Amino acid sequence: MTEIQLNAVNKQFGNVQVLKDINLNFKDGEFVVLVGPSGCGKSTLLRMIAGLETITSGDLIFGEDRVNDLEPRERDIAMVFQSYALYPHMSVERNLGFSLEIRKRGAAEKQEKTAKASGILGLNQLLDRLPKALSGGQRQRVAMGRAIVRDPKIFLFDEPLSNLDASLRIEMRIEIAKLHHKLKTTMVYVTHDQVEAMTLADRIVVMNAGRVEQVGTPLDLYSKPNNLFVAGFLGSPKMNFVDHTNKALHLPKTSLHQDAKTYGIRPEHVSVAAADKKANLIGVVEVVERLGSDTMFYLNYGSENPFVVRVPGIDQTQVGEKIGVLFQQENLHRFDQSGSAIIA
Amino acid sequence: MTLALSPSPGKSREKSLKKLKWLLEPYLYLSPAIILITLVMLVPLVVGISYAFQSISLLNPFQTGWVGLANFEKLFSDRLFWKALTNTAWWTIGSLVFQFFLGLGLALLLNKPFAGRGLVQGLVFLPWAVPAFLSGLNWAWLFNPIIGPIPHWLAAIGLMDEPTNIMADPNVAMWGPIIANVWFGIPFFAITLLAALQSIPKDLYEAAAIDGASAWQSFAKITIPFLAPTIAITVMLRTIWIANFADLIYIMTGGGPANSTHIISSYIFTTAFRRLDFGYASAIAIALLVLLLAYALLIMQMRKHLVKGI
Amino acid sequence: MPSKVNFTIAGALRYFAIALYVLFALFPIYWLVKIAVTPDRLIYTEGTNIWPSAFTLDNFRSVLFLTDFLVYFKNSLIVSFGTAFFTTIIATAAGYAFSRFHFRGKVVVISVMLITQMFPLLMIIAPIYKIMAGLHLLDSLVGLIIVYTAFNVPFATFLMQSFFDGIPKDLEEAAMIDGCTRFQALRRVIFPLTLPGLAATLGFIFTAAWSELLFALMLINSNENMTFPVGLKTFVSKFAVDWGQMMAAGTLALIPSCLFFILIQRFLVQGLTAGAVKG
Repeated sequence: MTEIQLNAVNKQFGNVQVLKDINLNFKDGEFVVLVGPSGCGKSTLLRMIAGLETITSGDLIFGEDRVNDLEPRERDIAMVFQSYALYPHMSVERNLGFSLEIRKRGAAEKQEKTAKASGILGLNQLLDRLPKALSGGQRQRVAMGRAIVRDPKIFLFDEPLSNLDASLRIEMRIEIAKLHHKLKTTMVYVTHDQVEAMTLADRIVVMNAGRVEQVGTPLDLYSKPNNLFVAGFLGSPKMNFVDHTNKALHLPKTSLHQDAKTYGIRPEHVSVAAADKKANLIGVVEVVERLGSDTMFYLNYGSENPFVVRVPGIDQTQVGEKIGVLFQQENLHRFDQSGSAIIA
Repeated sequence: MTLALSPSPGKSREKSLKKLKWLLEPYLYLSPAIILITLVMLVPLVVGISYAFQSISLLNPFQTGWVGLANFEKLFSDRLFWKALTNTAWWTIGSLVFQFFLGLGLALLLNKPFAGRGLVQGLVFLPWAVPAFLSGLNWAWLFNPIIGPIPHWLAAIGLMDEPTNIMADPNVAMWGPIIANVWFGIPFFAITLLAALQSIPKDLYEAAAIDGASAWQSFAKITIPFLAPTIAITVMLRTIWIANFADLIYIMTGGGPANSTHIISSYIFTTAFRRLDFGYASAIAIALLVLLLAYALLIMQMRKHLVKGI
Repeated sequence: MPSKVNFTIAGALRYFAIALYVLFALFPIYWLVKIAVTPDRLIYTEGTNIWPSAFTLDNFRSVLFLTDFLVYFKNSLIVSFGTAFFTTIIATAAGYAFSRFHFRGKVVVISVMLITQMFPLLMIIAPIYKIMAGLHLLDSLVGLIIVYTAFNVPFATFLMQSFFDGIPKDLEEAAMIDGCTRFQALRRVIFPLTLPGLAATLGFIFTAAWSELLFALMLINSNENMTFPVGLKTFVSKFAVDWGQMMAAGTLALIPSCLFFILIQRFLVQGLTAGAVKG
């Protein structure tokens, strides 16, 4: 049983409190993504799970055992680093089998496990090479292969795709998803990229400034964000936030709420209409982005940030046109003074 | 849901043992170094310092015993001490300035690849590998007007009226050892500055070139700030080593003529081993140590300020 | 085209400047060798000549076969290699500690090491003499090795720390997750990567130990234990400065340290560069 529990976990570096009162539960076999902006503490949290950082207070529990005081090598985990951390002076094959070499396993076992990992990740042609002779994507796969050979209870990933280019990133993302499907091991994955979070996670933990903002499935967080931060973090392009006093905003009485200070609506939950009284928002098109699959409009409506509209397919609206926007009322979010979501 | 985990007494003892191990780990790695240095350098240092407060003159064996600050009082009125102090300043600054700038120049030249760079690099760093007394003797020979070439060359290019031994002239004698020291010390700066230069990201220079910076501007605004920390450390270290380095002087001039090349270190040497007055020698050494400590602290403070400003 | 001409002039100037440096560095060494190969009768008369009119290997012959030079040479080799070896081990451990750990007292230890560089070693000659006498290590190569090692550890530690700074920490972390203790990670993963840095440190220490005169003079007095710097001094006294022989001995003595230094200086630069980038 490899559930992970974090109870009232705190972390301080000197006088700086980096993680505040973290309480989390990861189920056996779950793929959990820790996501948040730089400096939110997600990497520190991951390293604490790995045993590379100490836990100032609170409990870390794997299954039934409190593991705070266990060394990394005693925790039966594997980790894929952002920089891959491949041993530069060892061949791919030796890199893969290193953990077995340390534990003095027999050559037969080493051979079998290395071959299996190599097969899963397509590394068979590269076994004799040194890391410096590999491309970024290949090194990534070796790093994952090394983790697979360990056959651990828990997989940890620390921003593994950050150093790859865009197309490679998508390819590796799919590899990781397939890996999880195949091995069904508990995986904890750290990233600042919300697309990775949305696509890979069974559940997402959104973190900010050392605290957990919200935990939930990707779609839960997408449709029911608890606060401004989560609402603005997930989803690309970002959710539009309109202050309730904005002159360009016209909402029907039924949509109004006396505590609502900010309204939020995602670019994909609006449609383009005439710039008349029936429109919920009126603005002038400043920039148009035509992707072929979608078209994005950035509207100037008298606020600092433009209002983003996303319509599928190809739309011929031009820069400079004044247009109206209709909100899908069921997808309109309201946030109060403190930034929390108001559930109608 | 919190699990009530009350650690058994055995477990908490285990825990504090583990914590102790974790705290001690760095010291484990450091212990051989610390033990060796303490035994061979610190303990003798303390003993050596204590000599300064005693009268240990092997020529006056009946006058031993603690004399408090008597040795230090002697220091203030010792004209040779103050002369040596001035000489030390000349010696250190003279050696340092030339070594540093020539070393920097060499590092800059070696920074860009060229055919045969590997070989040139190996050759040009050789002076550091030559033992001091050997190079001292060698340079003494080179400066000797009867059997060495340099005075003749200097006369030929007009720097001297006729070939004389510069080390016989109290006004310029110091230059002999300084030049030998410069020859010896260039590799130190060249190696460390070259390493620092090579760690500067190339795109900074490219961006500056696009922005229209001239070569001098690139140097002043990119190279120097990046080199500043390395410069601070190497200059501080080398200054201290030079100030303490009396071998070349001792071999080339013996401190003369007329004590014009005696620096504090060589003065300590002659006091200790010619006049056999260990107590006084220690007092002089302490004076030097205090000065160098002050210097080091000054540099560290300056460095902090400079780094803040960047 | 003016820019092309400027380019070549700049290039030529650079080569000229480099040539000057090489000349400046090598001339004194050349001079040393020149005196060593000049026959005795011509040493003073041809003192100012750049090129000797006659060559001889007599000086080398006498030095090698008529004096105890080989004994001195052997002793120096033992002491220098011994010092280099022990210093490197101790400095590697200490440099690793400084590079990887944050701990209270780090500043204190570093300051202490810095202070050891600051006082003239003359100050502690007498106390060290007494200590070595007490340990019956006077007139012994072992005693010399111990003393030299202590002297060189601080700077060697500084060098090794720089080299370790150039190796990313995640390598150890990956190894520790893979099942190593920290020490195993150091031994199996990090250590092989520091080999260039180690070579550089070894060479540096070897050169320093090779050249040391003062303490060798003080602590060794029997002929069969002398290192060659001390031995060289005997040429000064014995033969009223037999320059030819002395320079011949000097030339022979230069060979190991120069060779060693040439080989490793590249690693010094490399290792210090890498450390600067990461650290």
